[in-house]
Amino acid sequence: MCDHCGCGGEGTGYSLINPAESDHKHEHTHSDSHTHEHPHEHHHEHPHGHQHTHEHTFTGNRILIETDVLQKNNLLAQRNKGYFEAKNILALNLVSSPGSGKTTVLELTLANLPGQRVYVVEGDQQTTLDADRIHAAGAPVIQINTGNGCHLDAEMISKAVRTLNPDNDSLLLIENVGNLVCPALFDLGEQYRVVIMSVTEGEDKPLKYPNMFQSAHLCLINKTDLLPYVDFQTDKFIRYAQKINPSLQFLQLSAKTGEGFGQWIEWIREKQP
Amino acid sequence: MHEFSIVQSIAEIALETARNNGAGQISSVEVEVGQSAGVVRDAMEFAWEAAGRGTLLEGASLVLKEIPLVVRCRNCQKTFHPDELFDPCPACGDINPEIISGKELRVVAIEVKYK
Ligand SMILES: Nc1nc2c(ncn2[C@@H]2O[C@H](COP(=O)(O)OP(=O)(O)OP(=O)(O)O)[C@@H](O)[C@H]2O)c(=O)[nH]1
Ligand SMILES: [Mg+2]
Ligand SMILES: [Zn+2]
Repeated sequence: MCDHCGCGGEGTGYSLINPAESDHKHEHTHSDSHTHEHPHEHHHEHPHGHQHTHEHTFTGNRILIETDVLQKNNLLAQRNKGYFEAKNILALNLVSSPGSGKTTVLELTLANLPGQRVYVVEGDQQTTLDADRIHAAGAPVIQINTGNGCHLDAEMISKAVRTLNPDNDSLLLIENVGNLVCPALFDLGEQYRVVIMSVTEGEDKPLKYPNMFQSAHLCLINKTDLLPYVDFQTDKFIRYAQKINPSLQFLQLSAKTGEGFGQWIEWIREKQP
Repeated sequence: MHEFSIVQSIAEIALETARNNGAGQISSVEVEVGQSAGVVRDAMEFAWEAAGRGTLLEGASLVLKEIPLVVRCRNCQKTFHPDELFDPCPACGDINPEIISGKELRVVAIEVKYK
């Protein structure tokens, strides 16, 4: 049952919170199995290219469906992507384990992009702590609390972006829920996925969580200021990650000292048309 | 655990199809799960009962068909079954093969009863 409105929604309820509104008024959404928002489209792949009517095929009491489980999310992600492209917005999806430094990287990124319009979406299961930090850093931000959910999905982003109503030619930074597993499966419509890895996590993460490293475009190796104190071998980590994703790019930085931020800011500017 | 939302989506797809076909009860739901789809079978089975409670899915079985990971080497075209995503090609050692199957997450069919 939902804590906010007592409507009996099962676990998947999430809420949107705008820290700029002092009363923390929030929009509240449920996806329960009694609503039928999902588009009734069934993709059938027919290598022989014949015409096919979209009716279910009956074999006794068996009804053929052949629908991708993630289809609803993927369609919404495509819609988000179209929206970003139409408004020339660069959208980045930042993923990492809990505590790798996503919010700290965002704070310093905001400080390093004066004059650039930047919007932030924060995803956490609970609290507005991260959104409060971004709000303090001066950027418009929406916090999504996923409740029991362990990842952001395209529908949440669509709602958050509608609330933020970003200007054309702006930058949208999405901090996903800290988790190296679940966010890998859910396309948000972002142009680039950035995985943040801190040097305190061990070099073997790409081998243990291949889906995440496989789906990312850029890897930020964070907390390089701690390299003298930990056994992290950067070249070994890069080798493992490249085994999973040979086209993955790497940048090393420290969100504490600001070292290496120049290249990251340059990377963003390069991607923004 | 993203398996909860995955199972929720499976339930929605199955329920909508059943309703559109005037079915009274769903007895099973068949889902293809690729070896490297990024979901854990046990977690899906765990989430299944809760997802269907109080609906046409109550008591339905979830039939998970595992699709093995099959890839093709981009260098020598050899097709092979790696244990792990992106094991090197056993013939030429090349990495980054093309995935042919093993990423599926697809509702194939449901079995229904009519009243
Ligand atoms: N030494 C050092 N500490 C850092 C660096 N970046 C972040 N931290 C610290 O790491 C801790 C976690 O940082 P956050 O930015 O909150 O991490 P996060 O990834 O946003 O965490 P979640 O949102 O909880 O997943 C904080 O104590 C930061 O001060 C860095 O480059 N060097
Ligand atoms: Mg954070
Ligand atoms: Zn080969």
